[in-house]
Amino acid sequence: MINRIEIISRIPDTRAELKKNQLHHINKSIEEVFLVDVYTIKKNLKLDQLEQIASSLTNPVYQNFKINQPTLVKKFFWGIEIGFLPGVTDNIASTVKEIIKDQLKIEFTGDEGVFSSQLLLINGRLNEKQIEKIALGLINPLIQRVYYKSQENYLKDKGMNKVAPQVNLSSDNKVDIIDLNISDEELTKIGKSGIKNKDGSSRGPLALDLKYMKEIQKYFNKLGRNPSDIEIESIAQTWSEHCHHTIFADPVDEIKDGLFNHFIKRATVEIRKKKGKKDLCTSVFTDNSGGIKFDENYIISHKVETHNSPSALDPFGGAITGIIGVNRDTIGFNMGAKPISNYYGFCFADPNLKPTLFRDKEKEQPLLSPRRILDGVVAGVNSGGNCSGIPTPQGFLYFNNRYQGKPLVFVGTVGILPVKSSVIKRAKPGDYIVVIGGRVGQDGIHGATFSSEALSSGSPAGAVQIGDPITQKKLSDTVIKEARNLHLYNSITDNGAGGISCSVAEMAKESNGCLVNLEKVPLKYPGLEPWKIWISESQERMTLAVPKNKWRKFSELMISRDVEATIIGEFNDSNRCVVKYHKKIIMDIDMKFLHDGLPARPMKTKLIKSTFKKPFIPKQNNLNDVLLSMMKQLNIACFEFISKQYDHEVQANSVIKPLQGKGKVNGETSVVKPIFESSHAVAISQGLYPSYSEIDCYQMAAASIDTAVRNLVAAGVDIDKIYLLDNFCWCSSNDPQRLYQLKEAAQACYDFAKIYETPYISGKDSMFNDFKGYDEKGNPVKISVPPTLLISSIGIIEDVVKTISIDVKFPDDLVYILGETKEELGGSEYFALNKSIGNSIPKVQGQKNKKLYQSFYKAGQLQLISSAISITRGGLGVALVKTALAGKLGIEVTLNDLPGKVSRNDFALFSESQGRILVTINPKNKTMFEKIMKRSQFKQIGFVTSNQELIIKDFDKKTIVNLDLKNIEKNYKSTFKDF
Amino acid sequence: MKPKVLVLSGYGLNCEDETKYAFELAGGTGQIVHINDLIKNKNIINNFQIMAIPGGFAYGDDTGSGNAYGLKLRNHLWEDISKFILKDKLIIGICNGFQVLVNLGLVPALNKKYGERQVALLPNESARYITGWFDLKVENDTPWLTGIKKISLPIAHGEGKFFASDKILKQINNKNLIALKYDKVNPTGTIQNIAGITDESKKIFGLMPHPERAMFFTQLPNWTYIKEKYLRERKLLPKFGPGLQIFKNGVNYFK
Repeated sequence: MINRIEIISRIPDTRAELKKNQLHHINKSIEEVFLVDVYTIKKNLKLDQLEQIASSLTNPVYQNFKINQPTLVKKFFWGIEIGFLPGVTDNIASTVKEIIKDQLKIEFTGDEGVFSSQLLLINGRLNEKQIEKIALGLINPLIQRVYYKSQENYLKDKGMNKVAPQVNLSSDNKVDIIDLNISDEELTKIGKSGIKNKDGSSRGPLALDLKYMKEIQKYFNKLGRNPSDIEIESIAQTWSEHCHHTIFADPVDEIKDGLFNHFIKRATVEIRKKKGKKDLCTSVFTDNSGGIKFDENYIISHKVETHNSPSALDPFGGAITGIIGVNRDTIGFNMGAKPISNYYGFCFADPNLKPTLFRDKEKEQPLLSPRRILDGVVAGVNSGGNCSGIPTPQGFLYFNNRYQGKPLVFVGTVGILPVKSSVIKRAKPGDYIVVIGGRVGQDGIHGATFSSEALSSGSPAGAVQIGDPITQKKLSDTVIKEARNLHLYNSITDNGAGGISCSVAEMAKESNGCLVNLEKVPLKYPGLEPWKIWISESQERMTLAVPKNKWRKFSELMISRDVEATIIGEFNDSNRCVVKYHKKIIMDIDMKFLHDGLPARPMKTKLIKSTFKKPFIPKQNNLNDVLLSMMKQLNIACFEFISKQYDHEVQANSVIKPLQGKGKVNGETSVVKPIFESSHAVAISQGLYPSYSEIDCYQMAAASIDTAVRNLVAAGVDIDKIYLLDNFCWCSSNDPQRLYQLKEAAQACYDFAKIYETPYISGKDSMFNDFKGYDEKGNPVKISVPPTLLISSIGIIEDVVKTISIDVKFPDDLVYILGETKEELGGSEYFALNKSIGNSIPKVQGQKNKKLYQSFYKAGQLQLISSAISITRGGLGVALVKTALAGKLGIEVTLNDLPGKVSRNDFALFSESQGRILVTINPKNKTMFEKIMKRSQFKQIGFVTSNQELIIKDFDKKTIVNLDLKNIEKNYKSTFKDF
Repeated sequence: MKPKVLVLSGYGLNCEDETKYAFELAGGTGQIVHINDLIKNKNIINNFQIMAIPGGFAYGDDTGSGNAYGLKLRNHLWEDISKFILKDKLIIGICNGFQVLVNLGLVPALNKKYGERQVALLPNESARYITGWFDLKVENDTPWLTGIKKISLPIAHGEGKFFASDKILKQINNKNLIALKYDKVNPTGTIQNIAGITDESKKIFGLMPHPERAMFFTQLPNWTYIKEKYLRERKLLPKFGPGLQIFKNGVNYFK
């Protein structure tokens, strides 16, 4: 029996109002929208039981409920109901199920269940075609279903239909043996589109090229048998670009040890050696996150991931699983670190751009609009971070229309772990393999292999998942706050890409073998084939190695915290990864082949040197309008709509917030103080300049590193205590020219990390951010993201009180520019404003900058600095505005004799030369400050004023900018005002 | 002896650590107890003078913020909580904790009808989660707010718009149960700028702002400015923030 409880507000409902406004946009004839929360309960229940349930779901202060009867409102023409597709994570339904079980002391068995949906009763004269359009516009067809009914039918049928969206899989749970003794052509086909089902359809991309397929063929021929489907799927997961980083690992030109080893890892090894005792690294590259020493008692971890492909398909789901997924990289760091700060970076196309691209030739699958992707991604990280109680202070937005096919969604998490809890984790032979947290379903099949491919119409919809932050929160609390301190396990890791196929196989390296009984894995619904159970990326799961004698205690603890924990096998030292399903061996591969069997694919690069047209920008005497336009640029404008909706105060660790000063201006750096008793704090920032990439990837990477470092320095961090993370989001990486750019960037990563002595502690790459689809005319198009390198930086501040913020503090303070300004506007925001690219991108002077940063730190420690802002995108002009707006005080400066060399006022204001910081100081500190900075280029360019005006005078002391701060603020905050 | 504070946890509450710390900084002893452990050992509630339901996202706010956690308390611990409030003890619910108190009917509990839901906290007017610091003024004489007239504290929530029927609202006003109001700016569209209320005994206090996020100087949004000011005036920097006083008030009630 399917029961239906409907709940509606008696008073105006904010959520309904929001929906109305949203729909009114699409169709003006919509006058009113009523919102009904619907709970469908598939279970035989008596009326009094249903009443009890309905009462507990209804707030009597303002809501009414109906049981198995339609909700009626004074006037409506249509009903639209939106629910999830079968098998999609439904968090509300899980909570309702919990409430019912607790309230009525009953259990749900068999195919009984709870499902949530939302009914909109719409008052608006619309025809069926219009309502269908609206209905389809409300959902994402990959995860949601929608029904609509006219008022007439609604009344006739006594409401909407009762639907319980359950997964019905009729699979016979068989394991197929795959014949690999076939032609190369057929091998290639399997590797590309996947194993064939009986009906001829493909199971989805394996991302194994012919060379890999031949190696697999060879391996199984040697064993004298053909592989099972699960064996091939498992190898595909482990060997995927996503998991094995083949592009970064394989030989390139003369670099035999691969780009990662040769440039990134080597830099770290050499710097650590040189730093000796000053090296704070505790863990680099090997664990789920990188680790550095925070103080005597704690270790800090940091990890930045991307979740690009899933976010392109379902922005909310992709982003929320991204953020809570990277949280698990913290929970899985060492023996389990506590997440203390989330971090985000979103690269989108212009949100005003109308979508005109399709995934398929038939134009039935349009790409989501950039605005919709933005809204979904922003909401996903909101939900993931806020629900988990992890502050999210730091992040950035970056726009370029080449992110139209695939957005980039960077998500990161900083964690903390007591030194005394830190051990070398090691699963021992005989330990139980235990999975805890969520259950396994079809969701996220082929996520790892999918993200190793370009996005096209063949991309698997099953790759989409929705996160369940509360399930993970329960898991996280129990692990970090209890199980870890009771020493109940020997090892722990996250289930991310590749699901247990990767986590178990990875952890089995520690003991050197494993045996898994796959039928033990708890499932969301019956009927999953074994290979799917093995590689599913269902979320909120961790894998642990629990010693047998600790299982009871471990299990009792998990039960008492409502966390599901299941033994699915045992670690051993058999050298083999063996999987059984109902006692039958269905996978048996030796560990060495599984992990290291993939053949190297040497690659060659091809030089690419692009020269762009020299921009022609007429000189102007007055730059007021230009500066206002700059402040409105998507890449410069205030994004307080995000900063304010991401809780950055939870855990009470906030020191430098995302919006700084009285004027609430987005800063580049955030600071958190995770341990109440310690004066130490952690600063996080980043640098990225995709607009420089097509000009020169070497300088692009150099600028990213310099900015990431300088942003921390400007907040008062010692360059000696700065550590980096690299995230390469490249495109078509097997194209020799793209590979050349990658090599150039990696070379710069080595060179500048070495100069600054800032080691890399962790990194991740995503090499195929390309979209292959069709335009409005059905012509094939390919859109690739610009080569994007995100350098994230993390630094330790020893005395939190010495932290420096960006807002000017007092009138008459002196304004200084540190560093040299040159005519380096190639790829700049100013040129972008003028629809040009140019060529002269900033060249980083590492040695000079380092000296400057060291002196600056000294001045900061002596508390000589009142405010400081790192000069980044938009140059000096934008920095002047931000520092003044933040402090709500005027500034008057003259561009006369800026250190460096520029020929024009506009170039002086908007050059993006690196290595510069804009500083204000108390006039009393002038002598001492200048003495400390004397080894570097600097100049006092003006002073802070008590009025509310920004005055900029040119080389001849003629006023070129005179703007009221209110006016500037209005422009700076206008771009995302309605977001 | 130091007053003992029970700080609840579990199912997505997430401010238990800092709330406990704030009480300890204020001179109490704190203990975080998972709701399932409390259900298992109900009588430990008697060891405490103060019960705190901290902020968080219990059950992901599904079915309305504070509803599911409130139901769990009601189903398993109602008797014990009822006894607790009859004694001379204090209860505080912060943010999600306030939402739980409201659903559990511990505030305002007009006419001592503890357990009856009389008011609600609805989604913010913007229908969006809001984080930020706001000025507040104290409106009644709850022991929790002794000595405070105005205070600036951070909020962070999606459902903080206070709602009650005109009849209930009138009684709340008549009985002077509004404890905290937003001053100048009303960030959520909450009725009468209400940010916190008490029961009639004034000993049960629910508030949307987070005082534990304002216990230290460096948590303040303008601390770098104040620091620079004090440096120039050659004044010593403060160590604590204004929120600490609320926890001190709770602890001092038993001294």
